[in-house]
Amino acid sequence: MNENIISHEELAMTSPTIKISARNVDVHYDKTHAIRGVSAEIPSNSVTAFIGPSGCGKSTFLRCLNRMNDTIKNCQVSGDILIDGEDIYDPKVDPVQLRAKVGMVFQKPNPFPKSIYDNVAYGPRIHGLARDKSDLDGIVEQALRRAAIWGEVKDRLSAPGTGLSGGQQQRVCIARAIATAPEVLLMDEPCSALDPIATAQIEELIDELRQNYSVVIVTHSMHQAARISQKTAFFHMGTLVEFGDTKTVFTNPREPQTESYITGRIG
Amino acid sequence: MIEPNPHKSLFVASAQTKRRATAEKRFHMLGLTAIFIALSMLAILMTTIVAKGSGAFQQSFITLDVALLEAKLDKKGTRNPDNLKKVTTFGYAPLIKAALEQVVVARGIETDLTSKDMAAIVSKSAAAQMRDRVLNDPRLIGTTTEFKFLANSWIDGYLKGRVTRETIAKNKNISTAQLDFADRLIELGIIEKSFNIQFILGADASDQRPEDAGIGVAIIGSFAMMCVVLLLALPIGVAASIYLEEFAPENRLTDFIEVNVANLAAVPSIVFGILGLAFFINMMHLPQSAPLVGGLVLTLMTLPTIIISTRAALKAVPPSIRSAALGVGASKMQTTIHHVLPLAAPGILTGTILGLAQALGETAPLLLIGMIGYVATNMPETVSQGLLSPNSAMPAQIYEWAKRADPAFYERAWGGIIILLIFLVTMNLIAVRLRRRFERRW
Repeated sequence: MNENIISHEELAMTSPTIKISARNVDVHYDKTHAIRGVSAEIPSNSVTAFIGPSGCGKSTFLRCLNRMNDTIKNCQVSGDILIDGEDIYDPKVDPVQLRAKVGMVFQKPNPFPKSIYDNVAYGPRIHGLARDKSDLDGIVEQALRRAAIWGEVKDRLSAPGTGLSGGQQQRVCIARAIATAPEVLLMDEPCSALDPIATAQIEELIDELRQNYSVVIVTHSMHQAARISQKTAFFHMGTLVEFGDTKTVFTNPREPQTESYITGRIG
Repeated sequence: MIEPNPHKSLFVASAQTKRRATAEKRFHMLGLTAIFIALSMLAILMTTIVAKGSGAFQQSFITLDVALLEAKLDKKGTRNPDNLKKVTTFGYAPLIKAALEQVVVARGIETDLTSKDMAAIVSKSAAAQMRDRVLNDPRLIGTTTEFKFLANSWIDGYLKGRVTRETIAKNKNISTAQLDFADRLIELGIIEKSFNIQFILGADASDQRPEDAGIGVAIIGSFAMMCVVLLLALPIGVAASIYLEEFAPENRLTDFIEVNVANLAAVPSIVFGILGLAFFINMMHLPQSAPLVGGLVLTLMTLPTIIISTRAALKAVPPSIRSAALGVGASKMQTTIHHVLPLAAPGILTGTILGLAQALGETAPLLLIGMIGYVATNMPETVSQGLLSPNSAMPAQIYEWAKRADPAFYERAWGGIIILLIFLVTMNLIAVRLRRRFERRW
């Protein structure tokens, strides 16, 4: 058996259930030390927000969680990141399989230049999740429903995904991520390119997604973090300054740095 | 310190604004002049080519009723094909003389020419033309059959205005008496100019009969080479580019390869020719003058072009598409094949077609592997013998014609250029169409 797997009893003892557990994670780009010794435990079925000023390493850390950093040249990750007790940087782990389990939504909506249907169906197709056409249709509909966009696009599934508005595109991208049946959903500033109305829709959606997924979201908006997350992590200069319940972090921060940031004195 | 500004009206242009406006106007004019010069050069080029080359598509024909005498062509009267083949073109030549004498008598033409001089206005290809037709259909022997012979190139030139009585004063190939004779035949409608399909379909002809030369076999040679280039250069080029662009690790070896691919694109084409001679012919013992070898050499020449344009097309695909695909768990290869390659396809296609067009117009490397010179085989044989039979290519054929002494070949060189340009323009139009069709926005 894999020594990295923590026994179920051990998992059950920590309450609420820990989905992702990071220990002493360091990230280097060439000579830049982007992340310094970050340890965090991200609970399942909740929304965790990463906040902090630009360049603080919150996006870099997020991208460590599904190994998207592998695609960046000269990026070195050290330390342990465990999902359900399994080390995702273990040589036995195929990043492709990992990314099916840990879906990602990007800052800028990036639908494929294909139909809306094909956008959502792509993941299930390459992972062989659908037995036949009607099964695939079902998965696509379910994903689009969960992403709260089914009503808007159900009549034009064959229209190009790139023809939608920004907010709709982002929800299609969320549907695309959901369609591969992930357990964790990583969101890298998903609302930064959207107007307030679209942002509100996405936020509402994230709150619903919490029922089924562990959501980790990077955001620049502290209001957003306060509104939608249960846990908040404040990053500064590559270190995790404070990590705790959102309420505590925003009302009674432990660290003076956190207080300065959330009150607008730094960042 | 910046002094607070005194009030200035916007309606009064300052000296600096005026200078700037003049400079912009000057630049605008420079650009327009450059465009104008380029366009007029193009216009001059096109007019010259069309003016000089259009003559090649018209040819003078002499229509004669020839008595195919059994006594000359089949003395035994058995119509045995083997016996018929024993009669060479020399056996047919007297029939043409007889046919012309017949015309002179019947139409009452006054001429001092001997029958040999009269027959000289007919192309030297005429006897072979008769022989081929008789061998194909021996029943013609003993009948009088109408033949449409090519006129000799000097007579053809006379009809086209290239040859006049003044220009042939010291010419031993043709005399004024023959021109007078031709004048009479033109009046009688026996010599006529008409469209010459043989120029487009036929094979090259020897120095003695430019009127019979065509570019058809060279077109086949070019086509065969383009097939080889397309089949080899496209897959190899695209695979190499995908590897270099998407998969190659960033190290010195990759840098070295990249620099050298870029350098290869700048290597003069004749160097590829000598490489082909040394490697494909001398070392691998592939036949000389074969379109296969020509295609291989042109593949080497086209590869850098295709690699560079394909890499540019791959680079132009936004990274967000790659992230999106990787994010839903596509592998590197799936990302490339499903998303990056389709988006890069218009650029790749355009690059490939432009590379092909470049290869189609290339002459220098073909000189070195012997794909140049007189190819006697005719249409059906050339096609069936395929990639290994000696052949020429369109630009090489044009070069070959241009260097021959007879001015009639010069006209054919220009005509060949028209055909080559038609092919090139068509390929470029296809490139534009494909680009439009496959272009997608993201």
